[in-house]
Amino acid sequence: MIEGILIGLSTAFTIENLLFVMMGCLMGTFIGMLPGLGPMSAIALMIPIAATLDPSAGIILMAAVYYGAIFGGSTSSILINAPGVASTVATSFDGYPMARKGMAGKALAIAAYSSFSGGVVGALLLLVAAPSLARVSLSFHSTDYFALMVLGLVAVAAFAGKGSMIKALLMTVVGLMLSTVGTDQTQGVARFTLGMIDLVDGISFLLLVMATFALSEALMAILKPKGDAARLEEKEAAQKLGSMKVSGAEVKEMAPVIGRSSILGFLIGVLPGAGATIASFLAYGTEQRLAGKKGAEFGTGSVRGLAAPETANNAAATGSFVPLLTLGIPGSGTTAIMLGALIGYGIQPGPRLYIDQPEIFWSVIVSMWIGNIILLILNLPLIPYIARILAIPSRFLLPLILFFSLIGVYFVSFNTFDIQLMVIFATVAVVLRLLDFPMAPMILGFILGGMMEENLRRALLINDGSWSFLWERPLTVTILGIAALCLVLPALTGQIRRIKDAAYKRTGASGD
Amino acid sequence: MKFRMLGALAAMTIMVGQVSQAENHQVVDKIHFLIPGGAGGGWDGTARGTGLALTDAGLVGSATYENMSGGGGGRAIAHLIETDDPNVLLVNSTPIVIRSLQGVFPQSFRDLTPVAGTIGDYATLVVHTDSEIATFQDLVDRYQADNGSVTIGGGSVQGGMDHIVAAMIMQNAGADPANIRYIPYDTGGPAMAGLLSGEIQALSTGLSEAIELARQGEVRILCLTAMEEVPAADGAPTCDAAGAPGTSFVNWRGFFAAPGISDERVQAYRDALTAMYDTEEWEAVRARNGWVEIFNPGDEFVTFLEAQEQQIGDLMRQLGFL
Repeated sequence: MIEGILIGLSTAFTIENLLFVMMGCLMGTFIGMLPGLGPMSAIALMIPIAATLDPSAGIILMAAVYYGAIFGGSTSSILINAPGVASTVATSFDGYPMARKGMAGKALAIAAYSSFSGGVVGALLLLVAAPSLARVSLSFHSTDYFALMVLGLVAVAAFAGKGSMIKALLMTVVGLMLSTVGTDQTQGVARFTLGMIDLVDGISFLLLVMATFALSEALMAILKPKGDAARLEEKEAAQKLGSMKVSGAEVKEMAPVIGRSSILGFLIGVLPGAGATIASFLAYGTEQRLAGKKGAEFGTGSVRGLAAPETANNAAATGSFVPLLTLGIPGSGTTAIMLGALIGYGIQPGPRLYIDQPEIFWSVIVSMWIGNIILLILNLPLIPYIARILAIPSRFLLPLILFFSLIGVYFVSFNTFDIQLMVIFATVAVVLRLLDFPMAPMILGFILGGMMEENLRRALLINDGSWSFLWERPLTVTILGIAALCLVLPALTGQIRRIKDAAYKRTGASGD
Repeated sequence: MKFRMLGALAAMTIMVGQVSQAENHQVVDKIHFLIPGGAGGGWDGTARGTGLALTDAGLVGSATYENMSGGGGGRAIAHLIETDDPNVLLVNSTPIVIRSLQGVFPQSFRDLTPVAGTIGDYATLVVHTDSEIATFQDLVDRYQADNGSVTIGGGSVQGGMDHIVAAMIMQNAGADPANIRYIPYDTGGPAMAGLLSGEIQALSTGLSEAIELARQGEVRILCLTAMEEVPAADGAPTCDAAGAPGTSFVNWRGFFAAPGISDERVQAYRDALTAMYDTEEWEAVRARNGWVEIFNPGDEFVTFLEAQEQQIGDLMRQLGFL
């Protein structure tokens, strides 16, 4: 293995390849920052360029673009509440509130450090364990994936602290309902399309998130103009926008979060049916529960709440290379494009790749490391400038956000129907937000709903319509058990505390 | 949902022209490829690869590309019919036949001008290497003995291509195709993961998606839907020889032009594609993607499409999907 790493290092560390990494990181970051363009489009854009290079250089370039785009996506989530890809939705939960409080630079810096840690730990695990993890990636059946989605959905409880639990649940159901629009994944039947051809492929995630997050946020800001005092405050805040200072206490607070989320994210990423989005939600939910009293800060700008999903989505992105490289199975759209590019070079990922073509196998892994390091080096100096986007006066910034959200969605589909649908969704979202309905549970339900349904129905087909798999497969039972605990435990501990308090009061009274 | 994001590439790559350099005689001045799906998919790769070979070889002056996903591919078809632009070539494949039978979109290949089928992939039935099912006949025996005991997965919905192919093979083997326990997956990748994880017993998939894992000893190809043995398949038997006589199926990819196009223009497209097969540029693209040539121009292509529509339509009726 040491030999393999050395082969990888010697391939990656040529001036030419380092230039490609730098170029890739920069381009990836900028592409990722545009709403609508995520890692997948960034890589697809790179393929024509990469095809002219030799395999190692091409793969290094693509890995760099990949990481750059993931980081770029976090940037728009944090700054303007516009998560262009599903895996950065959870980033916006705490990243955007931080930016609103004038800590944009800090939030971006935390995102960069967390992404870096997640990526580096992920690449380390990939290096040490990829061949042996190949089997792990096949241990999950549809029933287990279903259970995993349920667990992810339970993360909705994490939002309950901020407002009414009923409202959060209602919005989850709205999200689940929206996910059923379009062609059914099992039987190919069109559902709830109202006879419109534009709805046959369902509502796109990008459209929904841009309408309900970015657009509605900008509209809310227009509806609720700030007073003079607030404006003055904002001006002061703008002075320190670019500050990236993270206190020692915060580093101490985040370190274990990043450690746990790296491993959790990587393991979820290894599963071909899960991916970075599920990983980020699970990490967010897990950390919210582990945070104890600090859990209440989640959703209001908690550094833990930002670090957890940012670490996990990057670690998961790295983990998804396990089934790709060791089995030749692409678990996500991005890795499917990567697979296509690899085959283009005449490289066939599979169990024999790291035996037959070790230089490719190792240089992919080493290039991930280098990509992460260069990304951090390149982006840290840029952060203060990126953060200053928020210093643009609202009267210019808000129209820009409106414009880019609409254009971003239109440039994906080239369909004006999408614009109309977006405006409708944004209007409804504004009304709901004025009534204090949270949007995050809706997106959570929408993202998980489709996968949950697909896996449940597949499990039912395989089991001949019997629900017995819910208690017969140990893995399924375990995951569902954890989900149930997550739901019940907080209520239970609250109850116990109340009883204890009451008992204490009684004894206190009699002791007088 | 994640795969829909692929379309984003369209924003950046439409109208990227390519200038001819080679000395081949130019047959067509320009082609605008219309791709009914997002970037990075099979249709996208076919259009861009073909366009690259055509322009690099100097057969076509310039090629531009446009991704137009939506409506299960129907939006691009409707667009081509509506604009009736003679410079447009629409890339498509077997699903145009299946989806128009299903009524996903109201049009069929008859509403367009079929230009040529260019490449194809045979279908296969595969099992895990550790499976007790050693041969195609074993699978048929099990299927016949107890219909509930064999689950066959695939990367398309029920009534989709992978399901229909599996049913077709079973029917030709003398079994009742309606009894198939077909398990749908989102795409071929997760379906293969399902097979390797032991969740399903057999998988209906494309030869190109199975061949490498077969070479690496992960899966066993029971049979493939060509009528003659395919050299690239390393001796895997044809379904025809393995016990399902007459099983012939190609998942083709090809090009369609606007309905009102002139005969000369269509002929020019066909000439360009015919000439393309002998060029090094095409060979490079073809080899890189592992495509199998099945050139099928003009009237032959129409006859082929009609036969496939008949074959698939009959099966779908039998399976109760129509």
